Amino acid sequence: MTDDISAFLYLVSSVCFILALRGLSSPDTARQGNIFGVTGMTIAIATTLALPGVLSYEVIVAGLVIGGAIGTLVARKIEMTALPQLVAAFHSLVGLAACFVAAAAFYRPEAYGIGQFLNIHTASLIEMVLGLAIGAITFTGSIIAFGKLQGIISGAPLTFKGQHFLNAMLGISVFILIILMVNEQTEVTFWAILAISFLIGILIIIPIGGADMPVVISMLNSYSGWAACGIGFTLGNSLLIITGALVGSSGAILSYIMCKGMNRSFFSVILGGFGVENNLPHSGQGGEKAIKSGSAEDAAFIMENASSVIIVPGYGMAVAQAQHALREMGDILKTKGVKVRYAIHPVAGRMPGHMNVLLAEANVPYEQVLELDEINRDFSQTDVAFVIGANDVTNPAAKTDTSSPIYGMPILDVENAQTVLFIKRSMASGYAGVDNELFFRDNTMMLFSDAKKMCDEIVQALN
Amino acid sequence: MQPQGVDPFIFGITVLVLACFVGYYVVWRVTPALHSPLMSVTNAISSVIIVGALIAAGPAEGNLAQVMGFFAIVLASINIFGGFIVTQRMLSMFKKKR
Repeated sequence: MTDDISAFLYLVSSVCFILALRGLSSPDTARQGNIFGVTGMTIAIATTLALPGVLSYEVIVAGLVIGGAIGTLVARKIEMTALPQLVAAFHSLVGLAACFVAAAAFYRPEAYGIGQFLNIHTASLIEMVLGLAIGAITFTGSIIAFGKLQGIISGAPLTFKGQHFLNAMLGISVFILIILMVNEQTEVTFWAILAISFLIGILIIIPIGGADMPVVISMLNSYSGWAACGIGFTLGNSLLIITGALVGSSGAILSYIMCKGMNRSFFSVILGGFGVENNLPHSGQGGEKAIKSGSAEDAAFIMENASSVIIVPGYGMAVAQAQHALREMGDILKTKGVKVRYAIHPVAGRMPGHMNVLLAEANVPYEQVLELDEINRDFSQTDVAFVIGANDVTNPAAKTDTSSPIYGMPILDVENAQTVLFIKRSMASGYAGVDNELFFRDNTMMLFSDAKKMCDEIVQALN
Repeated sequence: MQPQGVDPFIFGITVLVLACFVGYYVVWRVTPALHSPLMSVTNAISSVIIVGALIAAGPAEGNLAQVMGFFAIVLASINIFGGFIVTQRMLSMFKKKR
């Protein structure tokens, strides 16, 4: 196959990837979009296999079969609640693959036409080590994110003295090593860049706490794209550059949306340490305030006599796996003539769109699931707001208390509903360590229980 | 591939900048409800890095680069298959009202 034909086929493949993302603008076209994605990938692989330099098919097929089998198995078995971990794990693989490709290009540049061993063209060399460094950071960073999401590593932010200074020093040393590499190419420098980048990946994720994970996952998503981009430059391959740029900008936009959902700057999330307990002001220090708590029967009675209910799910719903019980509750209420809708805050859960997927898994029709700006105005005309496993995203302190760490964060205005039902396991404060004054309002009823257990009990009481 | 006299790097930057614009406009149109599938599908397509791995593993004679290429193929194909399948699983759950 000539270079011209393969370049053209790579273009076709790039267009398929663009259409794959385009399809996601609505759930109706999304499945078709995914088919475009698969088609694009198939064309890319087939085109590469037909290149004149690619001959050892046994090795390649073995690799594809092993990887394909593992990937298929994992993707079929995974529970939907474990999705954030899975995505983090997948990101780490892209990062590591980028490292391997960079190393292969370093040891055998002839195959890519970028020079000889230890005598690679300067431009290609810089692109290659950048791809290597970003890939390495993606790899270890994603592993730490995976560990935090899976609960292997504590989700609490881990901070120590001189952390930022150390990170800055490591960053500068990678920069210096790249300059050294340009002056004189050695194997030691190559591996040193890899090792330090691995370390940076670990260090930048450990200070970031559990609820900031939506930003972290999006950011790593972006990095994996830029790593592919760097390798694309080394190989002089437009397909890799285009795809890397698509993925990179996608991750960057998601990070931006998530940061905005928390009213925090990207920089403050990356610097980490948010949600460290016991150094934050608790507004409830002035003695015990009265709260009203109720039973499942009370909640069932209030909801079946309501004309409209808005359900506000959060990470607690995912932890308790309460989505199916919740949907059952919603269905019964609907048969009783209650208007039931779901309101999703942009940062609810541990990854962008996490709640939407869980509700979809429980067969909630997506027309009933609304975003913050679509539904926020309706709370004032709603009888019951049913908060399940969410806390900080409903806290009115975000609007009124300038000293609160969550001040300025857009919240769901559940306080405007006639009655607020709040499922919670205990009175513990939310992730940000702030009391939620909603708990003490007259129109709030606390339902102390596990989210799933409470939904099951409400279902029983409704029947 | 690139016009005569233009450095491949400049050609690459041209492609990169245009692709960023395309990415920007396409991704902003993605509905927030599908942000999770967006992550998993971008994850799958970023494994297009497999192209580099195939070239590394390609030569008929065995060497270190080929071994690395092989590992990269395994990792990337876990992602490709895993990413597309999990995206498909997610998307198949988004249903309209029965």
